[in-house]
This record gives sequence, C-alpha cells and structure tokens, in this order.
Amino acid sequence: MSTTTTDPAASGTALERRGIPLGDLLFRGAAAAAAYGVVVLLGLITWKILDLAWPAIQEFGLEFIWTEAWNPVTDTYGALTFIYGTVVTSVIALLLATPLSIAIALFLTEIAPRRLAAPIATMIELLAAIPSVVLGLWGILVFGPWVAQHLEPWLESTLGFLPIFSGDPSQAGMLPAALVLTIMIIPITSAICRELFIRTPRELTDGAMALGSTRWEAIRGVMFAYAAPGIAAAVLLGLGRAFGEAIAVTQVIGGADYISRSLFAPADTLGSRIASQYQGATSQLQAGSLLYLAAILMVISLVTNVLAQLIVRKFEKQRRAV
Amino acid sequence: MSHSEDVQDRHDVTVSSNNLRKRRIVERLFAASGILSAAIAVGILALVLGTVLFKGLSQLKLDFFTKPRPLFGEEGGIADALVGSAVIVGMCIVVAVPLAVLIAIYMSEYAGPRVSPFLRIVLDVLNGVPAIVVGIFIFGILVVGHGQSAVYGALALAILMLPMVARATQEVLEIVPRSQREAALALGVTKWRTTWSIVLPSAIGGILTGVVIAVARVAGETAPLLFTSSIAANQVSLDVSHALPTLPVAIFTFSESPDPNEQAAGWAAALVLIAFVLVLNIAAKLIAGRQRRKLEGI
Repeated sequence: MSTTTTDPAASGTALERRGIPLGDLLFRGAAAAAAYGVVVLLGLITWKILDLAWPAIQEFGLEFIWTEAWNPVTDTYGALTFIYGTVVTSVIALLLATPLSIAIALFLTEIAPRRLAAPIATMIELLAAIPSVVLGLWGILVFGPWVAQHLEPWLESTLGFLPIFSGDPSQAGMLPAALVLTIMIIPITSAICRELFIRTPRELTDGAMALGSTRWEAIRGVMFAYAAPGIAAAVLLGLGRAFGEAIAVTQVIGGADYISRSLFAPADTLGSRIASQYQGATSQLQAGSLLYLAAILMVISLVTNVLAQLIVRKFEKQRRAV
Repeated sequence: MSHSEDVQDRHDVTVSSNNLRKRRIVERLFAASGILSAAIAVGILALVLGTVLFKGLSQLKLDFFTKPRPLFGEEGGIADALVGSAVIVGMCIVVAVPLAVLIAIYMSEYAGPRVSPFLRIVLDVLNGVPAIVVGIFIFGILVVGHGQSAVYGALALAILMLPMVARATQEVLEIVPRSQREAALALGVTKWRTTWSIVLPSAIGGILTGVVIAVARVAGETAPLLFTSSIAANQVSLDVSHALPTLPVAIFTFSESPDPNEQAAGWAAALVLIAFVLVLNIAAKLIAGRQRRKLEGI
C-alpha cells in the first residue's frame, strides 16, 4: 500500500526538478497546510484544555484526583467520585461487551451463512448509528424504569449478598449507565473483531481443523492467538468511547456527589458531571474544577487511544512481515 | 523442559480425544452463543427503533414540523430546532469537507511513507477525542468572551467531522489505480491537475460515502453543542451569530423534562433524527456499493 503512495510523489519530484508549475506549488502547499494543520489542531486542543484547567490545577494540585468531594457551599472539589463512576461504568460495559462482540464477530464470519451475515452486520452497524441522545432518551424513559422494576430486584434477590448488588432499586444509576454504554460499544468492538477474523489466513484455521480439532478449538487455539493484539486494540477503542461518552450517560446515571458502593445508586462520570453542570457553575472555582475534570478526561482518552493505535500499528507491521 | 512439555501435550491430546462428547457439546455451545449474541444485538436495535417509532409516530403532525418549540406547555413543534440543525450541520460540512479532502490528498499523493502513517495516527487520535472535550475546547477559545453562536457550534462539529472524512477519503484515494495517475502524468498533465481531474473524480463515490456517514454522526451530536449553541430562543432563526436551537439539544432537554407533553415531543423529535440518520446510512451503503463496482470495473 505504501508503495502506491510514494511512487506518484517520486514522479512528482522528477517533474519539479524541471521547474515546478505554480499550480502544483499552490495545491501541494494547501494540502500540506491542511495536513499539518490537523497536527497543530490536536496539539492546540490538548494545550487549551490544560490551559483552561490550569487555575484549578494550581489551586487544588494533584490531590484533586484522589479527593472525594464536590461541595459548592464550602467550595471544595475533587475528582475521585467521577473517576470512580467513569471507570466502574466503563469496565462493566467492557466486561459485557467484549465477549458479546467477539461472539457476534465469530457468528458473522464463522457460523452464519453469507446471505444472513451481510444484513445482520448492517443492522449492527445501524446500532452504532443511533445518536447517543436518542439512546439516552430511551434509557431514561423506558430502559431505566425497566431496570429498576425488574432487573435490579432480580439481581438483589440472587446476588444481593454482594454489596454492589444491594440497596434500593433506582431508575437512574450506574447499572443502567453501564448497560447503555455496553449497547454503544458493542457495534464498535464487534466491527473491528469481524474485520480481524475475516483477515485471519484461512489456512491457519483450516490446518487446525484438518488435524482434527473442532471449529471452536481451531478458533480458540489458532485464530485468537493470531488476532489477540487486534482484539486488545478493539477493546481499548471501545474503552476510549465509553470513557468519553457524556450525553447518554448524563441522561441515565442520575448524578451524585459521592461514591456509592451499590451499582443501583445514582453516580456521575467525568463526562456526565461536565455535561450536567456546565451552566450551573456558581463560582470560579467550581467552573475551574469542571475544566480540571475535562483535562483528566482528555488525558485518559488520549492515552487509551494512542495505546490502541500503537497496538494496531505494531500488529499490522507484524502481519506484513509474516 | 521441552521433554516435559511434550509429555504434557500428549497427555492433553489423549484426554480431549477421549472426551469427544464433551468436545461436541462445547462446539454446540460455541455456535449457540454466537447466534444468541447476534440475536441480542439485533434485538436491542429492534427494541430501540420500535420504541421510538411507537412513541414518536403519534406525535408527528404537520404542525410539529412547522411550529417552533412550545414555551409553556402549549402545543408546539420542532421547526426552530430543525432549521438550526440544518444551518449548523450545513456550515460544518462547508468547513470540514474541503479541508478533509485536502488532508487526504496530501496523505495519499504527497506525503512519504513515514509521514503518512504518522498523520493517520494523528487523525485517529483526533477522532478519539471525546466530543465533549472538543466542545469545551471551542468554548475555551471562542465562546468565552464572545458568547455562544451557531458558527462556533458548527466549528466544534467540524473538528469531529474532519478526521472521519479525511480517513475515509484517504482510504479511497489509495485504491484508485496507479495506472490512472501515471497515464495522466505521462501525457504531461501537471500533478495537481492529475489529482484534481483524474484521481478525485474516480474516488468521488467513496468520498461521498465518508461525508454522508460523517454527517449522520455529527447531526446527532449533542455534547459539543451544549457549550457552543444551546442557550437559544424558541423561534425559527437564521442568525448564525447567535446560538441556534438544534434537534439533539432539543431532545436532550425534552428527555430531562418531567412534563409528559415534552417527553412525547422528545420521542417525536428522536424519531425525526433517527429517520434522518438511518436514511443517510442506507444512502451511504448504496453509494459505497456503486463506487466499489466502478473501481472494480476499471
């Protein structure tokens, strides 16, 4: 692939040596400016968010990150409640979505007849297309009440000995938020896994099956080993999406200033706290603290995304070498 | 070491071949879990779409499209939000698409094998920046001091749209056959002319697919608009120097309202938005199919 990109450029430089036409110069300049502009833009976003949060960072220091407080009356703020909410909802979503996504991808590539696989893949793509605000509307008006009336009482009666599954059922809380996030990341991770499984060389699984293993044994022993880094990247990309989602979570999580042990209780994530209080900030410090939360959110999602991209790159290089 | 491993392996093989029944059950479970998982995902899609359709359809009358949002519980519509969304998404397309295409051209036609992958990572990372962070960025550099405006909202959406369209375009440009470029260059056509009149037209379908999918995603974005274009009057307006109401922000406020009338309006607005998004996605699929046939036909 990279050869197709370089060769025209090489013949371009041959042209340029004979004197560069003005049109070429302008066009190339504009394209280069746009391309490097994106690099600048990414840097600018990072810098500006940190710059906006700087007064709060100076005021509260790094302690802010592990302080559990949000009290506009005494003007004390901390991020721990929201980091906890973000991590717990995202991790639950991931634990549910990863096996489901892998199973869906295997269904589409290994089990379903081709005529069935294509429309089902399209439908799962459409699931990704539902705007988060619409999913949130469904979450708050239909799904949340169902969770409170049926799912949470059932969980409490069967797993109530665990503190996370005890307490009063509630329409808005961490559990519905985690489930809505699950719905949002399934299409992302399953699409990437499907791509990975399609690209796994047939002869590898065929070889395993020729040696007498069943389809599942071939998949578990050969395909997973081959696709593992890609699956890890898919999971990280899903995680990045779950961390960053603000709107649907705001609608279903309820909002709380403190950490509750129960998953049924209302909470807040970094994104949902920012989205729900953006207009209501009463003091400079509170506004600054919200920006501090945004900076934490940005750093977390940058790290997850860069990590995922590096894994993908490494994986692609390896595959090209093979 | 290797000897003991060997023994271990042989041991495993005998055990598993003795358990043919067990292996068959595991195989069945595998197939069943695949079918079940796909059914869950499709079921959720049907459930959400069905609910929105069921709850929204009864509200959809002509008035709903022609009247602005109600002030105090009276009958109203979403005309103001529809117009605002159209204006903001329109401006966003005008800003983002040309830039994105230029970026893609630089990546596939000019950048070397080292720069191009680097730009790809930058675009993918930019694509992963949470929408709400992009909203705060625009808030920080423009809204603070100037106040909210539809233009700023469009800029925030353009930042989200840029990497999506650029990546999609770059991927189609890479599959335009090299022979096309070489033929033009051999005839003495300048490089920019070749790119503009030969490469881009062959790739136009793919670019369009990328744009359509990006528009579908951006039209439903709420978070960036909360900070840039949310405090708006309930009236139809084309004044882009002020905040304009939009469909996603309207749904967001409707959904948080305890008033059943507003919730009903929220369902209807959601139905309009989802119909728009789904139609765009299906259109993108059709365009992509035509493009594939065109490029393969060459």
